[in-house]
Amino acid sequence: MFIGYFTERPYQDFESGWVGATGREIEDLGMTNGDYDPRIGAELYNRYLDEKVYAEEMGFDGLMLNEHHSTPFCMGGVMNVEAAILARITKRAKIVLLGNVLPIWEDPLWLAEELAEIDMISRGRLVTGWVRGTGRESVAHNSQAPFNWERFQEAHDFVVKAWSTPGPFRWEGEHYQYRYVNPWARPYQEPHPQIWIPGVMSRNTVKWCAEHRYPYVMLATEIEPTKKSFDYYDEVAQENGYEASTEHHGYLFKVHVDETEELAEEAGRKYISGPANPFLEGNQGTVRSNLQNLPGLTSRTQLLPTVSTFAAAARGRQEEQKAALAEKEAETDKRDADAFGTYEEQVNKYSIITGTPKTVIPKIRHVLEELRPGNIFFWDGDGAMNHDDAMRSLRLFGEEVIPAVREMGKELDLKGAFEVNTLTGDPMSGD
Amino acid sequence: MTTQTETHSQIAVEVSGLKVNALQDGSGPNIVVLHHSTGPGWIPFYDLLAQNHTVTAIDMPGYGQSERPVWARHPRDIAIMLHSAIHKMGIDTDANLVGMGFGGWVAAELACMHLHGLDSLTLIGAAGVQPDEGEIADVIFYEFEEYVKLGFSSDEAYADIFGDEAAPELKELWDFSREMTARLTWKPWMFNRQLPHLLTELETPTLLLWGENDRVVPHGVAEVYDASLPNSRLQVLEGLGHLVELEDAQATADAVIAHISS
Repeated sequence: MFIGYFTERPYQDFESGWVGATGREIEDLGMTNGDYDPRIGAELYNRYLDEKVYAEEMGFDGLMLNEHHSTPFCMGGVMNVEAAILARITKRAKIVLLGNVLPIWEDPLWLAEELAEIDMISRGRLVTGWVRGTGRESVAHNSQAPFNWERFQEAHDFVVKAWSTPGPFRWEGEHYQYRYVNPWARPYQEPHPQIWIPGVMSRNTVKWCAEHRYPYVMLATEIEPTKKSFDYYDEVAQENGYEASTEHHGYLFKVHVDETEELAEEAGRKYISGPANPFLEGNQGTVRSNLQNLPGLTSRTQLLPTVSTFAAAARGRQEEQKAALAEKEAETDKRDADAFGTYEEQVNKYSIITGTPKTVIPKIRHVLEELRPGNIFFWDGDGAMNHDDAMRSLRLFGEEVIPAVREMGKELDLKGAFEVNTLTGDPMSGD
Repeated sequence: MTTQTETHSQIAVEVSGLKVNALQDGSGPNIVVLHHSTGPGWIPFYDLLAQNHTVTAIDMPGYGQSERPVWARHPRDIAIMLHSAIHKMGIDTDANLVGMGFGGWVAAELACMHLHGLDSLTLIGAAGVQPDEGEIADVIFYEFEEYVKLGFSSDEAYADIFGDEAAPELKELWDFSREMTARLTWKPWMFNRQLPHLLTELETPTLLLWGENDRVVPHGVAEVYDASLPNSRLQVLEGLGHLVELEDAQATADAVIAHISS
């Protein structure tokens, strides 16, 4: 089993009112960075790096970072900088990037070079991961939404080739063109770092991921839809001639451990009282649906009828359109934050797990038994949680929870992507 | 191919291996109309034009019933296809071209490559050039129904046509159309820096018809068109928004017919 640690690194300004129960409403892409205080940013960046170092000391296998843009809920706009620092100041843990937003890169050769450099500085501890990004990312970096999926796939193919094929070579693609691809920096790992794909529900991403035999990491989704997504992965794997197993499945979920049940609840409630990610389970925030539904982010290819009047638009095509709508709903990450429910409801459905080691461990076991992921990440230290909250939890993870979870992993035979090669099914040495 | 529909003739030609569809009605001199980014549809404005003209309303490639050129990346690609389409439809000589909003941009591009084939050009609230001040409204910052509402001088004027909330089928048409638009224009949004320079060669008499309260395409765009075109005239329709042809079909048709007749 691979056990990782994650926090989304929220921008916490306690004096602004953006954290805590009296917090101002945070609307996605609705806030000015005129309110940003770089001195607070400086403290937070250093705090989050310190916590990652401590997480390694406490025995985590992986330190996960993520990337979002123009938003206070995640300070990882340039996640690769944090990863580069971790590469130097940590010794053992994998640095897991879930993930770089591929379609918004105008120059993925630069990305290939950055990641190779991180892999070398860490002496082969990089796990790279790639996402399509939400509408926010397309807007923030002005990437043409209708070509998001095409650009994701082409950038992936390009970076993998740049890493694994000796240059120079020419690349004249649909979205990227290079006359001289020959990055001097190549990854430490042969042929390149493992590629893991995080996601929520997008069927075409799951399908693509399974076709490539990459681990798919579900991000804090509810248990039942997560199962369905893993089932779909396994189905695609079978169609592609292999049996997917635990090493192909990853799951990120919110777990906070504390010294007493009272402290645990107090800290657990902070998951939803800070500048939280409004798109995932265990959060509450304001989603702007037009940003999640950018034109063409989910493509429609069927023709529409020419109509005699506007009022009669699409007459007779309602069934087809209903099907298109259903497909769209399945494929977009558009979510209603309120639907995630109250803190209590989220605790009841395992979207937030908090407690002392004694009460947390059985709940983690329940999740592992239900989903059988070989790669897990505990999401902690988020929302309005402060450094002390994060450090108490990390210590208890190290002293009690991680050892117990490792035993569970053995008992339940949950092998991670560093125990079994996801591309071949062969056992690995463990590092 | 021409077939008769309930009220209009339907024309389909093949351009670059793809079907380009149009509806046609009326008789007399040709008027070719190009629709907004929100998509095609036969509207009362066309009926008024068709009283003394042959009106051909084309579904621009990728919209309505015209097949999507997946390779198209710029409105000029659409204009080149339409240049071929109107020739194949036999409506490219002595034609009067009318373009609305995004279709106005495509019409301006088409006119630049068909310099001597048009009797007149009418650009209604046309996108396509960068205003000196302000910006063309950006659909990605709006729920698309809100974006269509912006096209009217007021929410009440919108409700007169579509009700308080448009029918789901209509929203679907808008959503489908805006995807095609986003494939054709993104960076920069809704204009072409080259176009003002090319327009200086276009001698065709051009009417720039704008609603007084256009909240989508600012009057600054009309001013750039007016400054670039050697033979243009700006007319403002009082009290109307961007979608003048929906808010006041008669006034819009009167202005267009007067321009064509002159």
